[in-house]
Amino acid sequence: MMERPLTQHIVPNREPLSAEEYEKVGGYGAVRKILGGIAPQDVTRMVKDSGLRGRGGAGFPTGLKWGFVPMGDAAPRPKYLAVNGDEMEPGTFKDRVLLEGNPHLLLEGILVVSYATQLDTAFVFLRAEYKLAAARMRQAIGEAYARGWLGKNILGSGFSLDVHVHTSAGRYICGEETGMINSLEGRRAAPRAKPPFPPVVGLWGKPTVTNNVETLCCVPSIVVNGPQWFKNLSRGDDGGTKLYGVSGKVKRPGAWELPMGTTVREILEEHAGGMRDGLSLRGFLPGGASTDFLTDAHLDVKMDFASIEKAGSRLGTGTTIVLDDETCPVGLVLNLTRFFAQESCGWCTPCREGLPWLASILSDLENGQGRASDLKILEEHTRLLGPGNTYCALAPGAMEPIASALKHFREDFERHLRGKRCPWRSAG
Amino acid sequence: MLTEEEKTEIEEHLAALPVRRSGCIDALNVVQRHRRWVSDESVRDIAAFLGMTPDEVDSVATFYSLIFRRPVGRHAILLCDSASCWIMGQENLLDLLEKRLGIGLGQTTEDDRFTLLSVACLGACDRAPALMIDDDLYGPVGAETLDGILERYE
Repeated sequence: MMERPLTQHIVPNREPLSAEEYEKVGGYGAVRKILGGIAPQDVTRMVKDSGLRGRGGAGFPTGLKWGFVPMGDAAPRPKYLAVNGDEMEPGTFKDRVLLEGNPHLLLEGILVVSYATQLDTAFVFLRAEYKLAAARMRQAIGEAYARGWLGKNILGSGFSLDVHVHTSAGRYICGEETGMINSLEGRRAAPRAKPPFPPVVGLWGKPTVTNNVETLCCVPSIVVNGPQWFKNLSRGDDGGTKLYGVSGKVKRPGAWELPMGTTVREILEEHAGGMRDGLSLRGFLPGGASTDFLTDAHLDVKMDFASIEKAGSRLGTGTTIVLDDETCPVGLVLNLTRFFAQESCGWCTPCREGLPWLASILSDLENGQGRASDLKILEEHTRLLGPGNTYCALAPGAMEPIASALKHFREDFERHLRGKRCPWRSAG
Repeated sequence: MLTEEEKTEIEEHLAALPVRRSGCIDALNVVQRHRRWVSDESVRDIAAFLGMTPDEVDSVATFYSLIFRRPVGRHAILLCDSASCWIMGQENLLDLLEKRLGIGLGQTTEDDRFTLLSVACLGACDRAPALMIDDDLYGPVGAETLDGILERYE
């Protein structure tokens, strides 16, 4: 049977396991193991060796990030963890599954990273709308304190940790790691200049690890079963399983834990049940709104970081939005661009001014009022708002669906121009 | 004036924070939970309570889309308008809501029952088109289910 370290204890439509029930199925075993006598640096080495890459979108190697945290008596204290549960990337609903389904697994992962980097306090940053997740997380934290998994001197090891839930109040940019740090400090969530990077200078100027929810949920199984076991779960170069999701007009939208490197075809056809009757696939955004469109020519690509990048996109969050042939690609790109324009924090000019302009051009195109020069302006801006010209990755991410739509669906843009209307909308 | 209850709840958040002003978003959330929205007076009260200027608090309050700086009805309807919901028929659902409630986005019904707002991706893309009313998530929502959902909110 396939191993599912992330979701094995999640039963849909049932309350998550309590701390006591979680312990009975082996939960907190990773904490027992490390507090029983594994040095913090060795825990970080295990995670490095496992090939775990961050599941929040950027895919940064997790163990490498932990290794940047200053260690030893001379390290600044307190050190912090900010768990990124902002999950606002359109098309993405995987962390919700984990937060609602097994909050103790996340707490166990939090304990592992906190021990490995010898940090003092963890904040679980949750988006405002994840009410059920927040309630279940708070319940689990209460249970974990009561059973001695959190607080002072855990299992008599001398190691202590406090965990708090922070519920946010909206804005996509809170998911950018330094935006999240500003938000936790009670400020506007504008990203900070880097360097310095958060593991060295983060929350309140102290070393701060930032990890995505799914990333931390991978960690306990690495500690218990070893890095090689985790690597072997994968069908590609990156270790582990992945919580893949599919939305759009497929028969069974949903999220499934599968080996990292499962092909797009298997995810779309076997798990999501294929397209709804009468519809065919035009393209898909493999990892959320800020990834490049791929097409039916890419169905046999493996959904892992390297393979998706080679195909011309990014794995991102690993949650796929499917574009069918009854949905207008220009309309979809307009929807995505409006989202990014609205969610720009307004700090740097290309993003603040450029995105609304692009949304306005796309709106004209979609409504049949486009000009012949519009496609060239769009193309130019995918470079002007691209990597290196903005303060953070929001605008470059927003350019990925535009640039790739102009490549794969050029004829559809031109049909809007020629016909002076959207071919997908009824005339009149 | 902040109530004693509001002050106590804000202090609970502050206990986890090394800097008092870092509780700004928590305080705004607390006040909004009790009063539905955050008035100019509440901005001044929070500022005094946290040792900030009212402008500093307002710069934070106006940044976050789910802090309401204008009055809202008894129930806020948050309609997801992001990609997956748009593909699955969000425009039709918005039409339906506007007809049922007799208001457009950003408006409140005359009886003060509902305020209709759009919201960025709710993270319920497998249940699209989705909406939230107060703390409750619904999806997929269509013509056949909408009325039954609205009836639950007085």
